[in-house]
Amino acid sequence: MPAILSLKDVSKSFGALTVTDSVTFDVPEGQALGIIGPNGAGKSTLFNLITGNLSADKGRIEYDGRDVTKVPPMQRCLSGIGRSFQIPQPFDRLTVFETLLVSATHGRGAPEREVEDDCAAILERTELIGVANRPSGTLTLLQRKRLELARAMATRPKLLLLDEIAGGLTEGECIALVETIRAIHAEGVTIIWIEHVLHALTSVVERLLVLDFGKIIGIGDPDEIMASREVREIYLGIEI
Amino acid sequence: MARSSYKVTTRTGASQIAALVAAVLLVAAIALPTFASRSLIQDMFFILTMLTLAQFWNLLAGYGGLVSVGQQAFVGFGAYMLFGGAILWGVDPVAGLLLAGVAALVLAVPTAFFAFRLHGAYFAIGTWVVAEVVRLSVAQWKAVGGGTGTSLPRDARDLMWGVQWIESAFEVRSSEARDILTYWLALALTVATIGGVYWFLRTKRGLALAALRDNVEAARSVGVDSERMKWIVFLVAAFGTGIAGALIFLQNGRISPDSAFSVIDWTAFVIFIVVIGGIGTIEGPIVGVLVFFALQTLLADYGSWYLMILGALGIAVMLFSPGGLWGIISDRTGLRLFPIQRRLERRDGLQQKEVEEERP
Ligand SMILES: Nc1ncnc2c1ncn2[C@@H]1O[C@H](COP(=O)(O)OP(=O)(O)OP(=O)(O)O)[C@@H](O)[C@H]1O
Ligand SMILES: [Mg+2]
Repeated sequence: MPAILSLKDVSKSFGALTVTDSVTFDVPEGQALGIIGPNGAGKSTLFNLITGNLSADKGRIEYDGRDVTKVPPMQRCLSGIGRSFQIPQPFDRLTVFETLLVSATHGRGAPEREVEDDCAAILERTELIGVANRPSGTLTLLQRKRLELARAMATRPKLLLLDEIAGGLTEGECIALVETIRAIHAEGVTIIWIEHVLHALTSVVERLLVLDFGKIIGIGDPDEIMASREVREIYLGIEI
Repeated sequence: MARSSYKVTTRTGASQIAALVAAVLLVAAIALPTFASRSLIQDMFFILTMLTLAQFWNLLAGYGGLVSVGQQAFVGFGAYMLFGGAILWGVDPVAGLLLAGVAALVLAVPTAFFAFRLHGAYFAIGTWVVAEVVRLSVAQWKAVGGGTGTSLPRDARDLMWGVQWIESAFEVRSSEARDILTYWLALALTVATIGGVYWFLRTKRGLALAALRDNVEAARSVGVDSERMKWIVFLVAAFGTGIAGALIFLQNGRISPDSAFSVIDWTAFVIFIVVIGGIGTIEGPIVGVLVFFALQTLLADYGSWYLMILGALGIAVMLFSPGGLWGIISDRTGLRLFPIQRRLERRDGLQQKEVEEERP
């Protein structure tokens, strides 16, 4: 499989703090890649660099064979990169359904009529259909996290970036979420998923990347990575 | 299966009643000159033009996030174009309104190139600076009276399209006929503005604008072209503001740089109206302008106290009820006069419950 995403020597600093440090990796089309690492390791920053919400200081980001390093977020979305935000970023005064409409119409460049049914279907899949007509600003945290996933799905991405969407879920909810993500993956969508809930993550991803202080300290088969000494050291005290 | 078991609607019971009431009000408003006093017509003219300015500022700041304090640039420039057109080229003032809109639009292009490089407070200051530059430049324009200003030529005033017809139809003097004509034009402008904003918000772009209002980063991440939206909103607002400004000074009959480019009259009051009524809604400015007019009538004799009370009220609303008066009303009652919200409903109509209820 050719790489749908490839980062070459990408760096990003905030002042003196280097948050992304010469990061290089490829993601083959159709793969599900998990990203783990301690708090502040630079995981979300990496997402922001891939989506264009932040611009890289150095290095090159290629998506679908094109250099997108300087391309603004809107264009990256149109070319198929969808994302969720770790801290939900709802459109407070739009309803849940309208949120999906914006996403589907603009993310795909389609008229409203054509996407309405699909938006309803996504709301059913993400169990938000019951609150479809509620303003997004009135949702509970769990619902907001679901809305992050639903909104990203509505752009019909080829590459879906998920940032900690399982945190705070009950066991049952977590299982349902894993099922949903598996199903999206089965449709051929490439997924990169940042998650602290490791058992949920490892039950979906085929490959795992470990980030620490902005550096990749391991990438490969999830079982091997989890067994490695470096990762054990970092996660010492954190249940695996 | 989900497909086609839902339908989308925007209508609400209240909105249908509101549409009916609006139609009745519109007919009454058109007929107003047949029975109302001249001072009532003038008051209505004031309310309608301020409402138009407020709708455009709301579009800019409430939806587009473009907090401009330089809209007086377009009011003044538009108005001066109407006067200049009438004085220099004999353009009929009614046609001059369109000229004013186009001129304001043209001015908005370089203004946007400049101001869009600035963000937040700097954007606001930038727009104000542009307005000052335009004011100072216009004050050098001798043909329209330079720094002291000028009046609309008698010919242009008395032979304006429609005036003579109104004179004979209503059996009034030409000054009163002018008031009636400008009132009707203001009514048409207000209806076109509110209708236009309403139509726009119901389109796919309007939805994007509302998303931008709520969260710029997220909107960009779902493919919303925030740059293009900013341009559209800024240019449309300039066009409408230019026409409204020209109309205000057409009714006035006199113009000077200080009155035409007044930041108090055309920006501060307008911001007050939008903020107190409810920013980011169509209903807000309508409520706001009524409150503003009532306060102005009540407090007209108190000079600078009046301004201070307005300021204090504006700040109080911003602090305690950011959604403005309309926000309070619609939160309490769920009332919406302009049905913009797309609602997902089950086609079988069996139950709205699943879609509507499930409170957390
Ligand atoms: N816009 C910013 N300006 C300055 N510093 C920032 C900014 N965004 C992130 N940082 C810092 O960069 C570091 C990495 O942040 P990032 O959010 O990428 O970490 P993370 O791996 O996602 O952590 P978490 O697991 O807590 O979500 C942190 O120290 C954070 O404080
Ligand atoms: Mg993070």
